[in-house]
Amino acid sequence: MKTVIIQYNAGNIRSVLYALSRIGVEATVTDDAATIRAADKVIFPGVGEASSAMQYLKERGMDALIRSLQQPVLGICLGMQLMCAHSEENDTACLGIFEETVRKFQPGDTGLKVPQIGWNEVRALRSPLFNGISEGAYYYFVHGYYAALGEHTIATADYVQPYSAALHKDNFYGVQFHPEKSAEVGERLLKNFIEL
Amino acid sequence: MLTKRIIPCLDIKDGRTVKGTNFVNLRDAGDPVELGALYAQQGADELVFLDITATVEKRKTLSELVNKIAHHINIPFTVGGGISSVEDVQVLLQNGADKISVNTAAFKKPDLIHELANEFGSQCVVLAIDTRLEDDGQWYVYLNGGRTKTAMLCVDWAKQAVDLGAGEILLTSMNHDGTKQGFALEITRTLSELLPVPVIASGGGGAMEHFTDVFTTGKADAALAASIFHFKEIGIPELKQYLKQEGISVRL
Repeated sequence: MKTVIIQYNAGNIRSVLYALSRIGVEATVTDDAATIRAADKVIFPGVGEASSAMQYLKERGMDALIRSLQQPVLGICLGMQLMCAHSEENDTACLGIFEETVRKFQPGDTGLKVPQIGWNEVRALRSPLFNGISEGAYYYFVHGYYAALGEHTIATADYVQPYSAALHKDNFYGVQFHPEKSAEVGERLLKNFIEL
Repeated sequence: MLTKRIIPCLDIKDGRTVKGTNFVNLRDAGDPVELGALYAQQGADELVFLDITATVEKRKTLSELVNKIAHHINIPFTVGGGISSVEDVQVLLQNGADKISVNTAAFKKPDLIHELANEFGSQCVVLAIDTRLEDDGQWYVYLNGGRTKTAMLCVDWAKQAVDLGAGEILLTSMNHDGTKQGFALEITRTLSELLPVPVIASGGGGAMEHFTDVFTTGKADAALAASIFHFKEIGIPELKQYLKQEGISVRL
C-alpha cells in the first residue's frame, strides 16, 4: 500500500503526514507525477489561497495530473476547494472535479466571524468515509470560503448557512475540515480513506 | 454549531513544562508532549505552548519540541514566546505548529504581522496582548511579559493588528491573571464585538462559572487557562459538561 501526499505551495502538509503516522500509515510527500500516479491512495491537503495554488499547479501540469487520477483521492480544506469548479477567492477557476462552487461566507448581521475557526458538527453523513463516525461528530475547521451544497455532498456543516463539509464523486473525496487535527474522529476518517 | 473552545496553556522552559509538578497519572509531569496529549485526550479543543526559555539554545530546543508535539498530538496547537521574525515562524510551522503567537516583537514592528499573514496566512497568526486596566479607566498594552507599559490602548492595538492580518487575538488581562476571580469580561466583550476575528480570553479563570461568564457576557470565542488545569482544580471533561448544561455550545 503506497500513500502519497501531494506537495505544492500550500501549508499544513506535514501535519497530514504526522497524523497518518499516528495511525500506522507510512506516506510520502512528493510532487513527482510518476510517484503520485503509481500510489494506491493520494491525499491533496492544504491551507492557503486558491488562485496562487491553482497557478502553481497549472504551471507544473499538476492540475491535469490530479484530474486524471484513478485511485482514491482525498482533498483536505483548500485541497477540497480546489477540486471544485470555481472559487470566489480571487475569482479562481479550479479543477472542476466537483461541480459545486466555492463561495465566501457572508455573515451579514449574524455576528459570526470569518474565517470560521474551531470545532463544528458534521451531519447527514453518507459515505464509507464516515464509517463508525456518529452524526454530529465534531471536526476542526479553519476556512473563510465554503463549498455550497450540491449533488456530491456527503456531509454537511452549518455556519452562516448549511454547506458541504465533505464531497464525493467517483474516486474523488474532499473534506472541508482538518481530519489530521480532529482528534479521534479525524484519525478514524483518515483510516477509513486508507481502507477504501 | 461552532463550539466555544477550551484551551489549556503550557509554559515551557528548556523543553520542559513549568508549573507542571502536581500531576497524577503521568510518568513524567514535566514532559510537555505527554501533558499535551493527556489534555487532548480529555477533550481540550486546542493547546497553547508558551516558551519562556531565555537561552541562545532556545530556537533549536523549541523546534525539536514542536516537532515532537506535532507527531503525538491530534488537535491544533499554537506556539508562542519570543517569536520575532518570519524565519522563526517558518521553522515552527515546518515542524508542525498550526499557529504561532506574537506579542512584543509585533508591537515593536507591526509590519511583522503583515509579513507573517502574507507569507503563511492570517489563520496561523495569533496576536497576544497583555493588557492592564489603569486608574484612568483605560486598558493599556504591556510588553515583555507585562514588565513594560506602553501608551497604546488595547483596543487600538488590537484593531491595528487585525487590519495588518492577525487572525486571532489572545487577550490576557494582567489585572485578572492569577487571581482566579474570573476573566476580564468588559474588555473581552469590547474586543470581541469590535473585531471580525476570534478572541481568546485569558487570565482569571478560577471556577467553572467564570467560563460561562466569559462566553456569555464576555462573548469570547475561546477561553485559555493554565494552573487550574495543571493542578486539577477543574477537569476539562467536567468543565465541558458543566458548560453544556449552562447552554453553551461545546465539543463533548
